[in-house]
Amino acid sequence: MYNNLNKAQLNVLVLLRIFIGWHFLYEGVLKLYNPSWTAKAYLMSSEGIFKPIFTKLASDSIVGLVDGFNIAILILVGLFLVLGILEKRAALLGSILLLLYYLSHPAFPGINQGPTEGSYWIINKNLIEMAALLVLMYFPTGHYFGVRRLFNREEKANPQTV
Amino acid sequence: MAENKKYNFSRRNLLKGLAGLPIVGAVWWSGAKASKVSENEKEFILEELNIKASPPPPSGSMAGDPIKIGIIGFGIRGKQLCRSLGFATDEWLTNMKKSAEENPNDKRLEEFLDQEDLNVKLTAICDIFDYQAGIALDSFNKDGNEIKRYKTHEELLEKSGVDAVIIATPDHWHAPIAIDALLAGKHVYVEKPMTHNIAETYRLKEVAESSDKVFQVGHQHRQTQSFLTAQDIIKKNILGHISLIITNTNRNDDNGAWQYHIQETASPKTIDWERFIGNAPMVPFNKEHFFRWRKWWAYGSGLSGDLMTHDYDRINCILKMGIPDTVTTSGGIYTHRDGRNVPDVLQINMEYPNFSTGTSQDPGKEKGMTFVYSATLGNQYNRPTVLMGHDGTMELGNSVTLYADPRSTRYADLIKAKKINPYVPMYQYDPAADGVDAVTSATAKYFADKGLLWTYRDGKRVDSTFLHLREWLSCIRNGGKPSCGIQEGFEEAISAHMGGLSYKLGRRIEWDRENQQIVPVNGIDLDEALLMNQEVINLDRIT
Repeated sequence: MYNNLNKAQLNVLVLLRIFIGWHFLYEGVLKLYNPSWTAKAYLMSSEGIFKPIFTKLASDSIVGLVDGFNIAILILVGLFLVLGILEKRAALLGSILLLLYYLSHPAFPGINQGPTEGSYWIINKNLIEMAALLVLMYFPTGHYFGVRRLFNREEKANPQTV
Repeated sequence: MAENKKYNFSRRNLLKGLAGLPIVGAVWWSGAKASKVSENEKEFILEELNIKASPPPPSGSMAGDPIKIGIIGFGIRGKQLCRSLGFATDEWLTNMKKSAEENPNDKRLEEFLDQEDLNVKLTAICDIFDYQAGIALDSFNKDGNEIKRYKTHEELLEKSGVDAVIIATPDHWHAPIAIDALLAGKHVYVEKPMTHNIAETYRLKEVAESSDKVFQVGHQHRQTQSFLTAQDIIKKNILGHISLIITNTNRNDDNGAWQYHIQETASPKTIDWERFIGNAPMVPFNKEHFFRWRKWWAYGSGLSGDLMTHDYDRINCILKMGIPDTVTTSGGIYTHRDGRNVPDVLQINMEYPNFSTGTSQDPGKEKGMTFVYSATLGNQYNRPTVLMGHDGTMELGNSVTLYADPRSTRYADLIKAKKINPYVPMYQYDPAADGVDAVTSATAKYFADKGLLWTYRDGKRVDSTFLHLREWLSCIRNGGKPSCGIQEGFEEAISAHMGGLSYKLGRRIEWDRENQQIVPVNGIDLDEALLMNQEVINLDRIT
């Protein structure tokens, strides 16, 4: 697929992939090393039509599992995106996670956003990052710059090795 | 060659293929380090402050023969107290069932049903309104419980054979009934304020002190875990010299302004009006007075007795500062000009010139504190309770939040070394969540401010009135001293009466610590002034 893309286009896609991977990885690692971190308060403060589901996830019996999955997905998505391997699956998984974040605190008018670093109407940064992950899902670049490159069976497909 | 096509490990490919690895390493290292630093800071501060956030010891066993209890006064509060004892009216049960069906998050019925059995029988009720007494008789004559109605408290004390009574009448009946009950050999749980005037406060103290029965005043917040943590914070001198305490009442609704529902069936035929009036000046039958008695000095005690007493006792259980040296009160009827004569906006300033919570400064700067109670029934902006010390500030509610003061002596070095940021909480304790937290972020503060950190409903929420009653019952069964006994009640009542008097007389009221009495004011009968059904008394006319 990337045959159709020129080098500059590939480079910016790689940049986007690494940046998002970096972000996921850092968020995951911070939480992993912070024993008192929990998504409980975030889930408890959920607003909008999915509030009942998210507040349910915050209950004591479930929240530990939710925290574990959240950390694992953040780290795995981050690792795969930065390394450039299994990136389609990582991008899909990451975008689902971000969609859940978005749905728990949707940026709809009349819904309390809690502390945010900007002003949003329907579209917020979670949703934008999710869209960027969908782009990465359809434009993988691991073959060009990433571990995938080492396992490249179709050598001639890679313009760089020609 | 075919092999080489599968794995291409040329130098260029290795470089471009594994370029992500150092990024992973860097991000991982940085994240782990940042967490470690924040964890170390947290531990450092927790170690430095060394606050014990331990739960209170549970009160003793409820085993043995059931304690027979009589309820005197079965209005709004009386019904709540009975529920805490394990007796809910049919009407409440039906309403809560319906409410839980409509809203699965409504756990009130579930919590009530899960409540521990206190091993008591509710065998007697005294209410002067037939309708209320009827509700109790209809609801509590089942499941092995037999309840009988008595028209007067004297009759109940004499004939019912109860071991203990709970008094939830209008304020002007608290002390007379409590005194009679103690003299009749009954244990007493009386709602706040403990008394309605000064003279009966001394009389009740005398009777309670010479009685071997257990006497408890209904300040249930003494069971709240955060207050025990706050006690430890004070003991460890974490706030330094506290110079100002601000407590508040912020209400803006009819119920909060004591505009209670008036029962249609109320009439001189269904209400013993003379009994209601008791020691108050006789007026013709008046439903407004009967159902909304908190609005008149003759039966209630306004903001000073009704609501300030909560805040006073909350602070007194932490600081044990006792009765203030002087009290100045001002206020008026500004939000509910409906014929009431108790103020609906009130500011009470209680002075403690010699009280000290400790200090981190040079000697000579450690004494003196003002306790402000500020109330309005016309706005419900949530002003928190704050204790303001030289070294730090404590916000006190169901949770405890501590801030270091930017100009603190004790934390000066830590603030300078950026180990403590005075603008985010250095300590937060939330009994609803497990454990403690420190150096919380702006986000956590936001959640805390919204109260989201302590609204978990996993069945762990416990009714503090239940715990307070349980403590009283435990003292009856197993011995021991209740947390809000006669001395605590005496301090609460006198402080409230000083606040009310100052408002009534428009002047400063002083406490004679040595002789344990309010300093006389120009030969005025202080009780007469306190209870007089006038907004503010003109001092010149009286003297």
